[in-house]
Amino acid sequence: MLAALIIVFREVFEAGLIVGIVLAVTRMVPHRHRWIAGGVLAGVVGACVVAAFAGALSQLFEGMGQELFNAAILGIAVIMLTWHNVWMARHGKEMAGELRAVGQAVAEGSKSLLALAVVVGVAVLREGSEVALFLYGVAASDGGTAMSLFLGGLLGLVLGGAVCLLTYFGLLRIPPRALFTTTTVLITLLAAGMAAQAVSFLERANWLTALDTVVWDTSWLLSEDSILGRTLHTLIGYTDQPTGMQLVIYAAVVLVTIALMRLVGSEPPRHAVAAG
Amino acid sequence: MFASLTSIRTFALAALCVAATLPLSTANAQQATELQITYDGAFLPSELRAPAGKPVTVKVKNNTAKAMEFESKTLKVEKVIPSKGEAVVNVRAQKAGRYEFFDEFNEKARGTLVVE
Repeated sequence: MLAALIIVFREVFEAGLIVGIVLAVTRMVPHRHRWIAGGVLAGVVGACVVAAFAGALSQLFEGMGQELFNAAILGIAVIMLTWHNVWMARHGKEMAGELRAVGQAVAEGSKSLLALAVVVGVAVLREGSEVALFLYGVAASDGGTAMSLFLGGLLGLVLGGAVCLLTYFGLLRIPPRALFTTTTVLITLLAAGMAAQAVSFLERANWLTALDTVVWDTSWLLSEDSILGRTLHTLIGYTDQPTGMQLVIYAAVVLVTIALMRLVGSEPPRHAVAAG
Repeated sequence: MFASLTSIRTFALAALCVAATLPLSTANAQQATELQITYDGAFLPSELRAPAGKPVTVKVKNNTAKAMEFESKTLKVEKVIPSKGEAVVNVRAQKAGRYEFFDEFNEKARGTLVVE
């Protein structure tokens, strides 16, 4: 039972962190629960579908379907997170200053919420599909131990939810003024880390072999496996053996985000300009 | 005129050479050492050997009725292998050493890749 708890908790941990951050980012936006719950639900359904078709998925692209699928959905999440940051750079001030009609603010707010709901969905989908596969395997095996394993899995899920709440309430302790900057930095690094992770999947699929040598190894200092290592891996993309390409892409995402936010934030606000 | 044409040609050739060396697809991937392993609740064989400095591909065959996840922290690989299915895991070139791998869904099942 403990083994099952650990396995499931390890998987839902990352999703819990991400959902917690998204909850903190959207604390002021109306109807956010609907969107975030929708993202979680879509992620769970998606995870079950992915688990059910795991065999077919891994056969795609000469056996590299899983890797490419992971890289693709991580790529989507990176775009959504960056788009959110850029959108906030443009509209955050206006929304805070109540310059807009409430109706319009809500309509535009939900555009950004959709992006974040997708991010939540992707996080749940990635981690959830492994949980689904594991629990399916448990359910398929003999009855006696299955029950205790299932219970362990359930407890792991509950603990993942606790991580989500801890992240959320932890972030809310930051004074509102500093919170916006904090979440912007968090989301930028989250996106950069996800992009570097996508690179690692492309490298594993042998689709990307340029600059694929490991640049440094800090596993002696902080293993990616330790709890702190895993947390930092999710939050800022910490990797103990990054490849050259991972570092390049990481830096590129940070720089592009800063450039876009500057560019968009400095423009005078106009009506009905879609940021992407 | 002639000189400029030559220089354009040289430039084009140089560009082509650079493009050709950019290893962006599997076609250019280094020759990998191919290994096979089966899983029936335990890895068979439990020890694999490969030369250092060359990429390795491990074909994992899962004979059990449950999905498994072939994982190695030190090799940085992680791949779900469906029940009664098989999959290829790409491992980048490694330094000499012993690298442990296991089934993430059943951590008692472990094996080692010895790179020498």
